[in-house]
Amino acid sequence: MQDILRKVTQAFGVSGNEEEIRKVITSEIEKYVDEIKIDAMGNLIAVKKGKSSAKSGGAFPGRKIMLAAHMDEIGVIATFIDEKGFIRFSNLGGVSAFNSLAQRVRFKNGTIGCINAEEQLEDYKNLKLEKMYIDIGCKSREEAEKLVRIGDAANFTGDFYVNGDRMISKAMDDRSGCAVLIEVIKAQPKTDNEVYYVFTTQEEVGLRGAKTAAFGIMPDCAIAVDVTFSGDTPQCRSREVKLGAGPAIKVKDSAYIAHPQIRRELEELAGSNNIPYTLELLDRGGSDPGAIQAAGAGVPCGGVSIPCRYTHSPAEMVSMEDLKNCVKLVELFIKK
Amino acid sequence: MLIKELTDLNGVSGNEKEVRDFILNKINNLCDSIKVDSIGNIIAYKSGKSSKQEKLKVMLSAHMDEVGFIVSGHTEKGFVKFKAVGGIDDRILPGKRVAAGKKRLAGVIGSKPIHQQDKDERNKITKIKNLYIDIGADSKEEAEKLAPLGEFISFDSEFTELGRDCIKAKALDDRVGCAVLIEVLKHSFDFDMYVCFTVQEEVGLRGAQVAAYRVMPDVALVLEGTTCADVPEVEPYECSTILGNGAALTIVDRTCYCDKEMVSFLSGVAKKNNIRFQYKQTTTGGNDAGQIQRTGTGVKTASISVPCRYIHSPVSVMSRSDFESVERLTLAALNEMNRDREFLKNLTKVN
Repeated sequence: MQDILRKVTQAFGVSGNEEEIRKVITSEIEKYVDEIKIDAMGNLIAVKKGKSSAKSGGAFPGRKIMLAAHMDEIGVIATFIDEKGFIRFSNLGGVSAFNSLAQRVRFKNGTIGCINAEEQLEDYKNLKLEKMYIDIGCKSREEAEKLVRIGDAANFTGDFYVNGDRMISKAMDDRSGCAVLIEVIKAQPKTDNEVYYVFTTQEEVGLRGAKTAAFGIMPDCAIAVDVTFSGDTPQCRSREVKLGAGPAIKVKDSAYIAHPQIRRELEELAGSNNIPYTLELLDRGGSDPGAIQAAGAGVPCGGVSIPCRYTHSPAEMVSMEDLKNCVKLVELFIKK
Repeated sequence: MLIKELTDLNGVSGNEKEVRDFILNKINNLCDSIKVDSIGNIIAYKSGKSSKQEKLKVMLSAHMDEVGFIVSGHTEKGFVKFKAVGGIDDRILPGKRVAAGKKRLAGVIGSKPIHQQDKDERNKITKIKNLYIDIGADSKEEAEKLAPLGEFISFDSEFTELGRDCIKAKALDDRVGCAVLIEVLKHSFDFDMYVCFTVQEEVGLRGAQVAAYRVMPDVALVLEGTTCADVPEVEPYECSTILGNGAALTIVDRTCYCDKEMVSFLSGVAKKNNIRFQYKQTTTGGNDAGQIQRTGTGVKTASISVPCRYIHSPVSVMSRSDFESVERLTLAALNEMNRDREFLKNLTKVN
């Protein structure tokens, strides 16, 4: 699983530019599923057909389940190139100016640039992305435009490191969720249920892909796997969620309140199978369950979250033990 | 001139009837069927000429509504209190002429005179809640009668030509889009075309959401008036668009990451036909494209806009040559989609 996580976290896939990560995931899973579709929003939808039985008149007797993890990552987009070759940019998703300062970014074609701020800035409290630029080492606009055009997206670079159970990388949000889904697919859990594994797009800019994917599938129920803030770093807000404390079952975030039955099912499954878990009450930020549950006439949807430190930075940290427990919990859910 | 006729009409979000009636009258003979839906959108359908193959649905959309105000109360002395409908900068309000209701009752926006303000007040922006509209009424009763609670109020501003190429008017956002779509309806294509004139864009892309749900298009093109900040004291990298540089294509804004294949198709069509175009260089703002794109299982969506300086004010300024570029690009793109059937088919293929 570590290898897959390394592969998916390092792939390029800023919101709205998920082509590369979609290819990487497709090549990992295509052997194990019955059908693969890409919809108009670019969502990757992999279907594992339900078993039909003679008893049910050829129809599969189980549930139609959607599992979702978003494959996009936050990043930046070039908006203007000046005559000296410096690139002005805007954010795609929640990019903090402070986290961006002095970071490296990589454009899709491999061009690396560094982000810095106008020197005149007197007070760093006023640091804003509008006062910052990307330097790709070019001397003129003409030279820069050969490498980067307005509208090109770039991700933050952040290598993949392992330290025992803990792993650090860019884009753990939400490639670690993608890795969980890939593991579940590969484990080929035996079930009568029809399972739609969806790797959604544009979550970071407003839960956009999940909305159309859920509308197209109209599942009986759904689970989204995403990261959530961990509450175990110095002087952070107190949260029950901690690295290594197991999956966090989502109770609420700013876009979603848990479907009571799905939440209960997840808690019971974890409890009766000795999977450690915590409850997630996210004080800021929304995630795909908010869009999925409001699709069409509504979908009962739950959230299984991976505790993650330093979310939306180039060095996000998760625990392998947590990931494995997420895989177990999701597998139990789809077998039910 | 169509833009003059359209901007002379008042249609604050939620009160688009005057604009809708005008457009209905203009397009009545240009389409196969017209529906006004429950929220007030016009959905004009023009059947594709081709009967052979599966016809794709192309939706074109422009919003009829404009920013404005609504009466929220009256003072004892007969002044009218009001609230903004849509995004309006409080700073531009004092001293503006407005027109209330169908009868266009004249009024002016007033505020506490500068010589009555203390030093602190002078340095602060007067907020909309401290402003009022003076309609010349003597009493609360008279004011209530002339401009009742809930009455819609528009900016009162004449269409004027500036210099050789520019136009000043209110509501260029988005009567320019409406003007383009009225022209588009004079043409027929092989695909099914749904031309939508939407309501309540300025208060949250509301009309487009239901229009797109009803149409369930394969492809959508949004025609808009967009911000333009090529003015003094704005750094070049902060200008969203530049007046006179042609049709503005949106790459990404706060509501929509436009379909990349469509954006590159549109820029290709522009180049091929020598139509001036520019990319919108900021990612702020948003329009109906956001709602349309995420309708149903998703819609391939892009936006083409006319740059408008001082947008959301009574004195928006646009360039006629930009408008022509937008109109030409829209028609050229539709013609190209018609000619290159593979493009539409590939674009909408779910693989």
